[in-house]
Amino acid sequence: MLEIRNLHACVDGREILKGIDLTIPAGEVHAVMGPNGSGKSTLSYVLAGRDGYKVTEGSVLYRGQDLLAMKTEERACLGLFLAFQNPVEIPGVTGVNFLKTAVNAVRRSRGQSELDAMQFLKLARRKAKELGVGEEMLRRAVNTGFSGGEKKRYEALQMALLEPKFMILDETDSGLDIDALRVVAEAVDSFRSPERAMLVITHYQRILDYIVPDKVHVLAGGRIVQTGGKELAVELESTGYAQFTEQAA
Amino acid sequence: MIDTTPWLDALHQAARVRSDAAGLPTRRDEAWKYTDIGALGVASFPLAGRPQGSLPTVAPLTTDALQLLLVNGSLQVLPGAELPAGVVIGRLDGKASAELVEAHLGKVIPAEAKSLAALNSGLFDDGVLVRVGAGVTLERPIEIVSVGQAGGDPLAFHPRCLLVIEDGGAATLVERHQGSGRYFSNSVLEIALGAGASLRHYTLQDESPEAVHVATTGIELAAGSRYAGMLVQTGSRLSRHETHAALAGDGASFELDGAYVGAGKQHLDNTTFVTHTAPGGKSRQLFKGVLDDQSHGVFQGTVRVERAAQKTDAHQLSKTLLLSEQAEMDGKPELEIYADDVKCGHGCTVGDIDETALFYLRARGIDAETARQLLIEAFLGDVLEKIAAEPVRTAFAAVVGECLKGAHATRRTNDHHQG
Ligand SMILES: Nc1ncnc2c1ncn2[C@@H]1O[C@H](COP(=O)(O)OP(=O)(O)OP(=O)(O)O)[C@@H](O)[C@H]1O
Ligand SMILES: [Mg+2]
Repeated sequence: MLEIRNLHACVDGREILKGIDLTIPAGEVHAVMGPNGSGKSTLSYVLAGRDGYKVTEGSVLYRGQDLLAMKTEERACLGLFLAFQNPVEIPGVTGVNFLKTAVNAVRRSRGQSELDAMQFLKLARRKAKELGVGEEMLRRAVNTGFSGGEKKRYEALQMALLEPKFMILDETDSGLDIDALRVVAEAVDSFRSPERAMLVITHYQRILDYIVPDKVHVLAGGRIVQTGGKELAVELESTGYAQFTEQAA
Repeated sequence: MIDTTPWLDALHQAARVRSDAAGLPTRRDEAWKYTDIGALGVASFPLAGRPQGSLPTVAPLTTDALQLLLVNGSLQVLPGAELPAGVVIGRLDGKASAELVEAHLGKVIPAEAKSLAALNSGLFDDGVLVRVGAGVTLERPIEIVSVGQAGGDPLAFHPRCLLVIEDGGAATLVERHQGSGRYFSNSVLEIALGAGASLRHYTLQDESPEAVHVATTGIELAAGSRYAGMLVQTGSRLSRHETHAALAGDGASFELDGAYVGAGKQHLDNTTFVTHTAPGGKSRQLFKGVLDDQSHGVFQGTVRVERAAQKTDAHQLSKTLLLSEQAEMDGKPELEIYADDVKCGHGCTVGDIDETALFYLRARGIDAETARQLLIEAFLGDVLEKIAAEPVRTAFAAVVGECLKGAHATRRTNDHHQG
């Protein structure tokens, strides 16, 4: 589903990604762990197509197409979803307006009919309830004044509404309380299907108890330095990244 | 010239002498540093005569509005409806309600030398008088529509209005400026609020794209009176909207919000002077502008708190969003404080579209153009939302929305040419 080949990328003229190779077939969940500043979020932004993240070498194939040639919104319409590490506050844009615009943009691109206000509200309320997102949060401005945990639930709600094919979860677990982590992680896990795939970026193996990964990768110094199974995450909890940072430096 | 009274003639005469001698202000005058009022040749525009031919009809913004129509500064239509006791809506000729007019006209806004208000005082030919008597709440909004109609040749006119709300009275005023062709509209509106009186005032400046618009609004607030204003500017080629508020009685409250959208070579100036002379007053101003292409915005706000005005709470804020690199904003908020126990604040920000927010929206499948539109509307939204009267809010928002779309249309063609 996603094939990353020798991906190099710069931010502000500084090379952050230094040759990433990563293939995630449909139906699989891959976890990426790694020290702070190793380039995990940078990788997620490059995949989502953020301005200012310049690819200098390499390629990314997504569902057989050249991902890097597409605009951000085209990638999203083709089912790529990034749950942000730091969701953005947008004062003045209400949740309902934002979510409805997004859902209908994606539906249009799939050749589905747009939802009217009533249909959308019904859907949004149901999904919000499942994820423990309060209904009043839908009326508030996007992420504005939300607590850290509320923002993460809101990301999960967006994912549930947009029904993506490939999900990148950038530290969706951090900031969530223990119960919320379970609710959100189970919701994400229920998205697993043979047609979907996921990249779960995390610092803790707890979320991987709910969303059991097929593979765990360690990203350090802008490269994947080790790949293993679920047990690698457990191992890292005790060993830390010292071995890799030395190696990368 | 309509038939007037001797004292009104004297007022005209005195003002004319003052403005003839001094002429129009220039950019060398401190208050006009950012706006060159003479640049488009308005000084030589001939005075408009009485409008000829059929009158334009303008659908009122609210169905229950008491509409007055001025064409080229001349009052053409007065509301036919029967008015509640204590309410006068009529022609400002110095004869009707003579005492009232004499007490206020030219007093709220004195005809200072080299001011556009003096030019108006010297030349206005016709105008509107509104009086809401003590303790009367006028439920139906008054809507004053000023239409400029210029044919092949440019013309100038000087509409004049006086609105007096006596103690404890309340009213809503909708003020609209629009038209076609090349003209210079130089209006003056004087508002006197008695003790405990209140006014909601919604202004839409949607003048012809070739028009030069100058408006001077004066508001005098007696004790415990309340003014809540909204000033939306979308039209004209060059505009200067000046508001002078005097919080002269204890505990008066003045609130003015502004929203403006500039595109092309438009120049939009919002200038305010708020003076607190009595204790316990509160003033709030929030101006938000979106400037595209080579448009130019100005916000000059002066808040003056005199020694006697203890416990004043005054705040002014100007925020501007620049959509193009050639758009320009001059902001000059000023506080002059002579009292010691006050709460005052001011600020001025100029920025462009939040790229992070744009990315977030696009990452959810929303195309770049729609995402930009959402962010711009949101920027102005919190100002427009403050319009309490729903039909007025919808109508103002629609005009602003159209302007933003227009700005976007030019952007798209520009992008296309570049790409
Ligand atoms: N706009 C920027 N300008 C300069 N450097 C940047 C910019 N954005 C990111 N970086 C740098 O790129 C490196 C990688 O950052 P990134 O956010 O991808 O790390 P991360 O692996 O996600 O870390 P964390 O675990 O803390 O979230 C860091 O050193 C960071 O300072
Ligand atoms: Mg990160």
